[in-house]
Amino acid sequence: MLLAVFSDIHGNRQAFEACLKVARAKGAERFVLLGDFVGYGADPEWVVETAMDLVAQGAVAVRGNHDEAVNSTTESMNNEAQIAIEWTRGRLDAAQRRFLAELPMLVEDSDRLFVHAEASSPKRWHYVRTTADAAKSLIATPSHVTFCGHIHRPALYSMSVTAKMTSFVPKTDVPVQLLRGRQWLAVLGAVGQPRDGDPSASFVLFDTVSCQITYCRVPYDIASAANKIRENGLPPWLADRLSQGR
Amino acid sequence: MPKSLVKSGAEIDGYILGECVHAGGMATLWTVTHPGIDVPLLMKVPRASEGEDPAAIVSFEMEMMILPRLAGPHVPHCYGTGDFARQAYAVIERIPGTTLYKRLPDLPLPYDEARLLVAKIAAALADLHRQNVIHHDIKPSSIMFRESGDAVLIDYGLSHHNHLPDLLQAEFRLPYGTAPYMAPERLLGVRDDPRSDLFSLGVLLYFFTTGERPFGEGETLRAMRRRLWRDPHPPRSLRADYPPWLQEVVLRCLEIEPVRRYPTATQLAFDLAHPNQVRLTMRSERMKRDSWSVAWRRRFNQDVKQPRVQPDVAEQIASSPILAVALDTEEGAAELNEALRVTTERILATLPSARLACVNVLKLNRIAIDKTLDEQGSNKHIDRLVALRHWATPLKLDESRLSVHVLEAVDPAAALLEFAEVNQVDHVIIGARQSSFRRTLLGSVSAKVAAEAACTVTVVRPPRMAAAKPGAGVVWG
Repeated sequence: MLLAVFSDIHGNRQAFEACLKVARAKGAERFVLLGDFVGYGADPEWVVETAMDLVAQGAVAVRGNHDEAVNSTTESMNNEAQIAIEWTRGRLDAAQRRFLAELPMLVEDSDRLFVHAEASSPKRWHYVRTTADAAKSLIATPSHVTFCGHIHRPALYSMSVTAKMTSFVPKTDVPVQLLRGRQWLAVLGAVGQPRDGDPSASFVLFDTVSCQITYCRVPYDIASAANKIRENGLPPWLADRLSQGR
Repeated sequence: MPKSLVKSGAEIDGYILGECVHAGGMATLWTVTHPGIDVPLLMKVPRASEGEDPAAIVSFEMEMMILPRLAGPHVPHCYGTGDFARQAYAVIERIPGTTLYKRLPDLPLPYDEARLLVAKIAAALADLHRQNVIHHDIKPSSIMFRESGDAVLIDYGLSHHNHLPDLLQAEFRLPYGTAPYMAPERLLGVRDDPRSDLFSLGVLLYFFTTGERPFGEGETLRAMRRRLWRDPHPPRSLRADYPPWLQEVVLRCLEIEPVRRYPTATQLAFDLAHPNQVRLTMRSERMKRDSWSVAWRRRFNQDVKQPRVQPDVAEQIASSPILAVALDTEEGAAELNEALRVTTERILATLPSARLACVNVLKLNRIAIDKTLDEQGSNKHIDRLVALRHWATPLKLDESRLSVHVLEAVDPAAALLEFAEVNQVDHVIIGARQSSFRRTLLGSVSAKVAAEAACTVTVVRPPRMAAAKPGAGVVWG
């Protein structure tokens, strides 16, 4: 089965729509949403509503730190993120907020694990920045492949049976076979706010039979997404950074 | 599946095992047959049981990732792989014959035989590098030849694929590979530079032409590290008749700094195909190694080396293309040749490692027997070589980046196309014939080259003159 995995949509309707369209065209049969549906972007209602529809149709979804912050005031965030979350809170209705509040922290599906930040302590929202961070997450699970997001920069780590780590920056559109016999951590780039210097939206396709993962990039209407952020009085940097991909 | 099931007569995923034809330290090789495949096949099975070297497993994983992605005549075709969850294996085509290892008793080979042999291996390496793979274990036992003469590179267990995770990057405390052939940067942990393969091929060329390995056979790290600062004996000091051009090529491959080697395998193949065009430098003249003081300075200044820029295999190859410019030295082509020079200059300006081949076709008469000497008795061939060099002088190219070629042929377009094909030219620059009368009469060479070449072709015309439109009168007013 071909999975399409999305992370860090962050209220960016244009980016999410573009990715869904490409994923469907490529034959994705099941969707996985790795959290951070809201925050930063100006279309939280549409994104959450779309996520709710997808989940109703069988998609897997987990909770991100921004989703949590919508329902809790204790989550500490930087100033711009905080402004965006407070704005978002006022936009979502009760059902949408409940959907976010009830999302699981992680989902294990066959020999795959889906989590927003990493698997060793998902509620602490640690970033996977180094092979040591990746090793910590991989040791915490027996799953063959862990999918996570949170850091907005694509990376692919593996750990051998002798606990040797490899790290790799995946090339767009080049399928990589995630060999059995070692564990893999697939860190996704962001759909709605890429930070790896490439402003196009990022998602992943995973073939559960061949175990091949493909990192995809999708160009989208950045100008409209950025304009909407400005029109709604959100911090202008949140609009500017979209075209810079950082 | 227990390992004991890998035996004659067993079946794995439809493959019936025949005999074990090789049992090496890392893997065993079996002949296999499959009802749906009618070419001779080999199954490679890693030694992966408990207590075996984990390196064997990792290098087999690497090979399983890389083999199915390779294509073309220079690699064994891969028919299928099985992973460690059941029984790890890779089924590849069985290439008839033996590896180059069997030639070792014949060394040293005659210079020209070695030249042609290594040129074929360089062409195979170029094809591999274009597929984003660095072999990292180039040595005689990794090289076979098809009946067509094409070199085939086998064994990808130590290879690096620029588009795939490098599973060997953290696996070994010591560099893994074949000590006598290993490039010095490999000892520093560098695995992503395709020029490491050119070093190994240089070792092979040195060995095959002198009968001696340039860095000995030492397997210890200490012995291997010596190549980071100690240069090999120049081949001319071992064999008095060693051609200077060949020493130039060998020592350029064996440069300690990758940046001083050939930028691509294609450029190495080009020099081997045109030995009389090899630009001779100090390398070709050396009769002994660097003095101890120079070597020791190198040894104790390792730390002050410039930080290395991460090369991208594809980018590096793309920035070092072979350009061929087709020039007409006759028929009053000055304006066109100037336009060709301007275009060539612009292209070269963006590609500091590109090399340029200036090509002219000496058209042979289809019926009459051509005379090499013209009416005035001068040699047409040499005259044209001189004219080509003269054309290229304003480009101020380093001699090692420039070559000139006069092709003798009845059909100029076919000759240019063949030159581009044989020399793996990446980009042909050619002028369009200006006179429509001549074009109608002779056919357009540039159109045929542009239509049929396998590479990029730029067709150049002189700057446009204001066209005199027929019937358009002068408008006063």
